[in-house]
Order: sequence, then structure tokens, then C-alpha cells
Amino acid sequence: MTIFGVALLAICTLAGALLGDVLGVALGAKTNVGGVGIAMLLLIAARAWLMQRGKLNHGFKLGIEFWAALYIPIVVAMASIQNVVAAVRGGPVVLLAGGGGVLVSLAATALLSRWSRPRDAVPASAEEAHAARVLSGAAE
Amino acid sequence: MTDILKRLADEHALIVAFAAVGGVMWLSYAVSKYLTFGRIHGSAIAIILGLVLAYAGGIATGGKNGLADIPMFAGLGIMGGAMIRDFAIVATAFEVDVNEAKKAGLLGAIALTLGTILPFIVGTSVARAFGYSDAVSMTTIGAGAITYIVGPVTGSALGASSPVMALSIATGVFKAVLVMTGTPFVARSIGLDNPRSAMAFGGLMGTVSGVTGGLAATDPRLVPYGALTATFHTGLGCLVAPSILFFIVRAIMGS
Repeated sequence: MTIFGVALLAICTLAGALLGDVLGVALGAKTNVGGVGIAMLLLIAARAWLMQRGKLNHGFKLGIEFWAALYIPIVVAMASIQNVVAAVRGGPVVLLAGGGGVLVSLAATALLSRWSRPRDAVPASAEEAHAARVLSGAAE
Repeated sequence: MTDILKRLADEHALIVAFAAVGGVMWLSYAVSKYLTFGRIHGSAIAIILGLVLAYAGGIATGGKNGLADIPMFAGLGIMGGAMIRDFAIVATAFEVDVNEAKKAGLLGAIALTLGTILPFIVGTSVARAFGYSDAVSMTTIGAGAITYIVGPVTGSALGASSPVMALSIATGVFKAVLVMTGTPFVARSIGLDNPRSAMAFGGLMGTVSGVTGGLAATDPRLVPYGALTATFHTGLGCLVAPSILFFIVRAIMGS
């Protein structure tokens, strides 16, 4: 049933928030310490457990995937309620922090790909090639 | 008539928000397709548009909650509030397959770790240089340099102010747009031509929309490898930014 998926998602989110709060108190931080991250780990674990037992049916998935699919629109709504007027007065923080972050990550990519020379050429299996086409928008 | 419309919007605040955001998404994907020829992903344009609307709302009302200060759009405050947002973000973890994760291996783990720490250091340093000297604001802006999700999740966990949250989101979106548009130009010089370097790239850059967009424009065969590691990036960031990374910043700043 679809509601089971939604309920599982709710339980994982609540448990993550609770653990994050408890961790925050324990560490004297008065904040939620990694609650969303903990909730995600719980959900990944729950998925693996359900898969193993063959209980991951369509309705169950639908209840969770619906919310996952709404994630970008929800982020858009979140963006639209921020105090951007005050942020703009903050000046070029955005350009420097964003641009700088990309530059150091690019440099690290160059280093890592040098460190791990390819053992194999692109081994595009039929499935991977299809996934690539879907993601790049070439296939519908 | 206006009274009726006003009451309609009041009684259906969240529903109005769904319709409004749907309109923004439609417009953004159209702009992405016809004006940028798919080069900049519709999702990034939509978030930028969201920030622009928040700016317009702030100017129009003089309030602090962007578009939500206009009574008709109050529902955006529910839809984009921390409760629904965290719920949807947690849901995205459902796409993660543990067996797939193992494929990324050590390289993926190193890339993810560096991809979280390096931009965070840059972000917090820039924040400090611009006068944000409290640990909460510095951490929130640093987290925004990881991805545009990790920023606001961290900010609301730590209780950051709304202007700092907006900076944090904008930083992450700017990063995503840079990755989307810049990747094809630097692909050769950073050795981005095989699955392993694509996995390293995904883990380091993190932003899924940026990585998939950028790799698709470079070599579509590399997209699944980059996406594989990038999907873990946000989860890892949400885990460590409001915890370990925050404590480190607090220890250094002493507040």
C-alpha cells in the first residue's frame, strides 16, 4: 500500500531528526546534528532490508518516490521564501565561494584521475548505455 | 470578486503554492530547452528563478520571507519550509542501491571525502573574509559550497539567519551552473575520459544536476558513473556538515 511507503519515509525522517537532536544535546551543540543524513542512512538500510525479504512492492515504492520526485520543486519553493534582498547586500560571497569550490574540486579531479589510470576502456553494457541516453535526454 | 479570490487563496494556501511552483518549473524547463539548448538544466534555472522571485517579493513587501510575504503566496512557506523539504530530501536516498555503491569503491570514497571538505574550506574562508565570523553562518555558507541542498539543511539545523541561508543556496546553485556549463571545456585537461575519472568527478563535484548535465555534454557514456558517486554527495554532506564540520569550525572560531 502506498501509505506504507509514506509512513516508512515519515518514520525514518522522524527517527533521524530525533537522533540528530539527541546527538546535539549530548554534544552540547543545541542544534540538530546531521539528522537528515541519519534519516537517509535509515531509509537506505530499510530499502535493503525490504528488498531482501521481497516486500518492496509497487505501492510501497510509489509512496516514497512521489516525494523524491517533488524534491526539486520543493527546493524551488524554499528558494522563493529566502531573504534574498539581504543576501544580495552580502556582495560577491556567492561568486567567490561557488567558483572557488568548483576550482579546487576540478584540481582534485585532475589529480585523482591521474592517480588511478584507467584499467579498462568505457565498458558500456547495453543497460549502462541506455541509462546514459535516458539521463542525457536522448531517449524518452 | 477580489474578495472571493483572496479567500480562495487563503483557504488553499498550499494548493496555490503547488500551482505556482508548477508554473515556475514549466517556464524554467522551457527556457532550458529553447534558450540554453539544454546546456543549463531546467532545475537550476528554476531555483535561480525562485531566488529572483524571493528578491522581488522582498522588494515589494519589505519583508524577510521572500515571496511568502505576499499573502497570496503564503503557501510557499509551507511547501518550502524545513518540514516538507527535509521529508523530500530524505526520500531521494531511496534511489540509492547499496550494491551499486560498492562499485564506486575506494576511489569514490576518496573523491566524496575531498569533494565535501575542499569546497567547505573554500566556502567558510570566503564567508570569514566577508565578515561572517560566527561558526553558524560560516558553516552554513561553507555547506552551500558543497551543494545547494546541504547548505539550507545545515543552516536550518544550526539555526542560521535567512540572508545567510539565501547566500548558501545561491552559492550551491552557482556551483551547479558552473559545473554544467564548464565541464565540457575542461574535460580533456582533467583527464575526464574514462569511467573511473567520471566517478571521481561525480564524487568531487557532488551536485547531481551539475554532474549529469556536464558529463552528458562531454560524453554521455560517462553519465551513469558520475551520477553514481554524486548521489551520495548530498547525503554525506547533510550528515557531516551540521555535525563534524560545524564542531571543527566552532572549535577554531571559539563561538
